[in-house]
Amino acid sequence: MRTRAFEILAAAGLVLAFTTGVLLLTGAPPLEAFALLVRGSFGSVSKLARVLTVWVPLTLCACGLIYTFRIGLWNIGVEGQVILGAVGATWALRAGAGHVPPGVLLALAMAAGVLLGAGWSLAAGVLRTRGGVNEIFAGLGLNFVAQGIVLWLIFGPWKRPGVASMSGTVPFPPELWLPNFSWGRLSPVALGCAVGALVLTAWLLGRTRVGLFLRAVGGNPRAAHLLGLPPERYLLLAMALAGGMAGLAGVIQVTAVYHRLIPAISSNYGYLALLVTMLAGFRLGPVAPIALFFAGLNVGSVQLPMALQLDSSLSGVIQGASVLAVLLAQGWGVHRARRQA
Amino acid sequence: MNEFSLVLLAASVVATAAPILLASLGETLTERAGLINLSLDGTILLAAMAAFAVAHDTGSVALGFAAAAAVGGAVAALVGFAGVVLGVSQVAVGFVLTLMCRDLAYFLGNPYSRIQGPQVPPLPVPGLADLPVLGPVLFRHNAVVYLSLVLIPALWWVLYRTKWGLEVRAVGEHPEAAYARGIAPRRVQMVCAVVGGALVGLAGAAYSLALKPGWGRPQGAEGIGWIALALVIFGGWHPVKVALGAVLFALLQVAGIPLQEAFPSVPAQVFQVAPFPLMIFTLLFMGLSQRESVERWAAGRPWARRLVRAFRGAAPRALGRPMEGG
Repeated sequence: MRTRAFEILAAAGLVLAFTTGVLLLTGAPPLEAFALLVRGSFGSVSKLARVLTVWVPLTLCACGLIYTFRIGLWNIGVEGQVILGAVGATWALRAGAGHVPPGVLLALAMAAGVLLGAGWSLAAGVLRTRGGVNEIFAGLGLNFVAQGIVLWLIFGPWKRPGVASMSGTVPFPPELWLPNFSWGRLSPVALGCAVGALVLTAWLLGRTRVGLFLRAVGGNPRAAHLLGLPPERYLLLAMALAGGMAGLAGVIQVTAVYHRLIPAISSNYGYLALLVTMLAGFRLGPVAPIALFFAGLNVGSVQLPMALQLDSSLSGVIQGASVLAVLLAQGWGVHRARRQA
Repeated sequence: MNEFSLVLLAASVVATAAPILLASLGETLTERAGLINLSLDGTILLAAMAAFAVAHDTGSVALGFAAAAAVGGAVAALVGFAGVVLGVSQVAVGFVLTLMCRDLAYFLGNPYSRIQGPQVPPLPVPGLADLPVLGPVLFRHNAVVYLSLVLIPALWWVLYRTKWGLEVRAVGEHPEAAYARGIAPRRVQMVCAVVGGALVGLAGAAYSLALKPGWGRPQGAEGIGWIALALVIFGGWHPVKVALGAVLFALLQVAGIPLQEAFPSVPAQVFQVAPFPLMIFTLLFMGLSQRESVERWAAGRPWARRLVRAFRGAAPRALGRPMEGG
């Protein structure tokens, strides 16, 4: 317990020192930048609502990643799965607008997004199990393809009448938006989805045989096969679950945040969720607070360019440095224990 | 297409291939020693930024290249230290560094966005540059392009014709056995990581100081690191085959520009992602060619057997696995 506390303190110190160094290198005042990050994210109720709108997709993606990490897969394709979820939702809303009652249509859009996200993920899974293509490269390649699909749709078949532009497709009518809280730009449905994903994942992994089997296959595929667990089927199940949750994140980006399809619809949340899951030590427990911390950094950093003429990518530097510091601190702990033994 | 434009096309393929060659051959060396450096994409950007910033502030292109090599070597040393010494997952560290180096490059490079800076001067090789066809294709480039071309035979020679190359390959296959024979596997892996990383850094400088001079967000080299990592697999961890893949990829990139002009209704971004499905297909082809059933099918067909054999290449057996004990 004492070494764990020491690791966390050491990692936090490393991150703080590193970030301060980076800020000093650009000649920016570090204290002011840090204060801006905190005030810009948790300074008011509406800012908190904005942080939570980022927290929702991050949490959804991170929950999905817990399944794939448990079985030993590097599902770098979450980014593309988010995008395909958004494409699925947009497609359903465009196809059904005016024909189907809004409430039903929104439910159909969610189903379409989840299915498309899961399908995109299964494509990477099948390439891995049947084609021998490493899931890192399959997922990554599919991410770029998904980005290409979105751009093609926005500039081609789904372009605004007249001019196609980077601002995206025509916004949907307000009856096809997920409802908002009165106090900020945050949808209770989106929040419910994220909390639901946390509960579902905790239940599936902790209370059902699925979680046990995923861990068994991840630990030793050959032994699991001998015990009668088909590794391929569980690999694909984990991929489908991850892709479905990422797809739902994409649906929410369309129906609750942007109300249309935009080129940057995934906002890199898939990659960021990978960092969240890594920082959580591949366990579900710390996912929610770490996702909140990351979401706060993302929202807070939006102010940096205007207030201090700094690039908003500072949040990414802090997020990356945090994960790196924890990995190094853990490794250092193991290394020291091994040398003393 | 007439002869003149074919020569121009070949020359521009050679120039475009230079950074891809540097990065993929650098990673080939690193992976041959059993270490996987997944941070390439971010490293290239950070090195490109550092090269441009240093060259801009000092006015010296050479110092820019030195800075890029130092950045690449330092990032790789971090991956090596975490993976080889601490035994942390190399994939995890590399992936985090990919994202972090990219953001660091955008953050630190902000003041250098879209401004003029020095670039590498052309350096025609006296005598050779005047040769018909070969001259313009190979000998009227800058020093980085020559370096990338010389690197192909050099890396092959080092890996397969020197004692040190033998040690590198032995460490990549079985570090414990190499240790038993008196080699220090961790030291070999660290050296290969730093040298390979420095070459990846030079690839970044080749972008910001030669091929696409300047710095900005986005820089235009995004995604190249991942392509280079895939090229190492495509080339079966053999420098000459990796280089062949890099040149083929550069040909695709160059061919994309006239394609874009031929199909103006298709957005440019679609052509930019075209290499990635191709990457998946080649990896799929390689994966399938390892199968026993494919081998049996190819056994009766000489052309198929040759094709399967050309695509086969085994990963160093200890790739991504730190040495145990010692």
